[in-house]
Amino acid sequence: MIAKILEATGVTKRFDGFAALTSVDLTLLKGERVGLIGPNGSGKSTFVNCLTGILAPDDGSIIFDGNDITKTPAWLRARRGLARTYQIPRPFRGMTVQENIEVPLRFAVGHTSAGTISEAAQVILDQVGLGEKADLSPKGLTQVELRKLELGRALAAQPKVLIADEVMAGLSESEVDEILALLNRLNAEGISILLIEHIMRAVMLFAQRIVVIVAGSKIADGLPDEVMQQEDVERAYLGE
Amino acid sequence: MSRQALSTPELRKPAPISGRSRSGLAIMLIGAALLAATMLLGSHIGEYYYLATYTILQFVVLGTAWNILGGYGGYVNFGTAGFFAIGCYTTIVLNKMFPMPLFFEMLIAAATAGVVGFGTGYLTLRLRGVFFSIATLALAIVLQTLIVNWSFVGGARGVYVIRPAISGFFVSYVQFLVVLMVGLAIFAVAVAWAVEKSWIGIGLAAIRDDEAAAETSGVPSLRLKLIATTMSGALMGMAGAPFPYYVTYVDPATAFSLAIAVNAIAMPLVGGTATWWGPVVGAILLGSAQQILTVTISSAANLFIVGVLLVVFVTVAPRGVVGIVRGWKRGRK
Repeated sequence: MIAKILEATGVTKRFDGFAALTSVDLTLLKGERVGLIGPNGSGKSTFVNCLTGILAPDDGSIIFDGNDITKTPAWLRARRGLARTYQIPRPFRGMTVQENIEVPLRFAVGHTSAGTISEAAQVILDQVGLGEKADLSPKGLTQVELRKLELGRALAAQPKVLIADEVMAGLSESEVDEILALLNRLNAEGISILLIEHIMRAVMLFAQRIVVIVAGSKIADGLPDEVMQQEDVERAYLGE
Repeated sequence: MSRQALSTPELRKPAPISGRSRSGLAIMLIGAALLAATMLLGSHIGEYYYLATYTILQFVVLGTAWNILGGYGGYVNFGTAGFFAIGCYTTIVLNKMFPMPLFFEMLIAAATAGVVGFGTGYLTLRLRGVFFSIATLALAIVLQTLIVNWSFVGGARGVYVIRPAISGFFVSYVQFLVVLMVGLAIFAVAVAWAVEKSWIGIGLAAIRDDEAAAETSGVPSLRLKLIATTMSGALMGMAGAPFPYYVTYVDPATAFSLAIAVNAIAMPLVGGTATWWGPVVGAILLGSAQQILTVTISSAANLFIVGVLLVVFVTVAPRGVVGIVRGWKRGRK
């Protein structure tokens, strides 16, 4: 029995009467790779926002690494090892690429010496393939580079769990492969990964298990091949 | 990368250590020179120049204080006059109840305004963007209403304050006030400089760029914003504390003047909000221009020039003088 690292139970979120999430459960085991899929507007990003503390769920609980974090502020969740990327890259635009990476190194990991921070930042930049761009502004980066920066900033927090929210949207096939290789490397280092993604090829290649959310409710949770053959999943994706 | 993109200030590398101690030294040297000049010139210059210098220095403090929250953290405070007035009225109350040296009055004013800053921050910092700004404006109006109805401090009529006798060293009380203000300006700039270079400044910069992303990077945004509102408020209160002795008559309309709130925002914007020296440059530039216009044209032109310069800078040089200087330096390299 492998220990659970993240366990969300009955997560519910309403916006002015609109039920964005209705009692969603999700478990992530240590070292596991899970794919979270669902049509646009099904509540995936709302769910991620609830997991990471950007939104407060109206109901339900979230256990992370043995602690109840349902009421824990976002920054403390990040410090404890729950990192995320944003679907639309949100770099710190007034800083250089390297300074972006240095923020979580300083605040989430707690490094204080400028030398240590700078060295650690360079290691991470090389890891995500942005070593050459360290001194540039994020304004000068391409889409794929911005997504790598998102990943790098999440990694700099030394996470136990990484939630990757559509890091591959709009990328070419070879770029998708590049990011997948990176995620696999991170997973091999022991980071559990929750991948929210629309590109089915990537999800099928990457995930050990797939969770499907449709209209704010979980409709499937299981092995990729089995889930994809489920009738209601097919219907949600392809229509009647 | 194109050359043009390389010339933007965002592409700078973090300042090396030697650069840091250099700017620290610069603050000290400029301050020392100012102090020496004030003391040496003594009675050789007219009272008016002291009064003008005092006003400019006061705005160096206010602009610098505003910039800690507004420039570094990106939270625009419209209530500077409220914090300034807390300083003024703390002095007035203390002066009536327990007379003490001005230095202690300033400390108590700083504490009072700091507590109000903390409280305001706690209540309003969950509001983002323009909502926070409106809340700070409301704070100033609420405070003004309180003062107007508090007859102990003169109410709407205002109150006269008698300058204490001055001894020794100084030729006049105004000279003493100017020297005091030089000291306070150095202190405020040093505080801003320390904040900017520390983890607080880095965290505030992350909040300014993207608060949600900062939170998910481990930045405790509420805590940092509270530190910033408290420090900013305390410095504004300190700037207000000597004011009653400077004008000798204070009424709510003066202490809560719109010009204070507008100048405290305009000066950092004109100078540049990204660094500690931006508000200093802005205050000296705008402050001097206002003084000169008041004397040569009319005091009504005072706020007019602020408006014109603000429009010019926001459209032509949104990063202020700091941005212009940086671009020029980079262009020469």
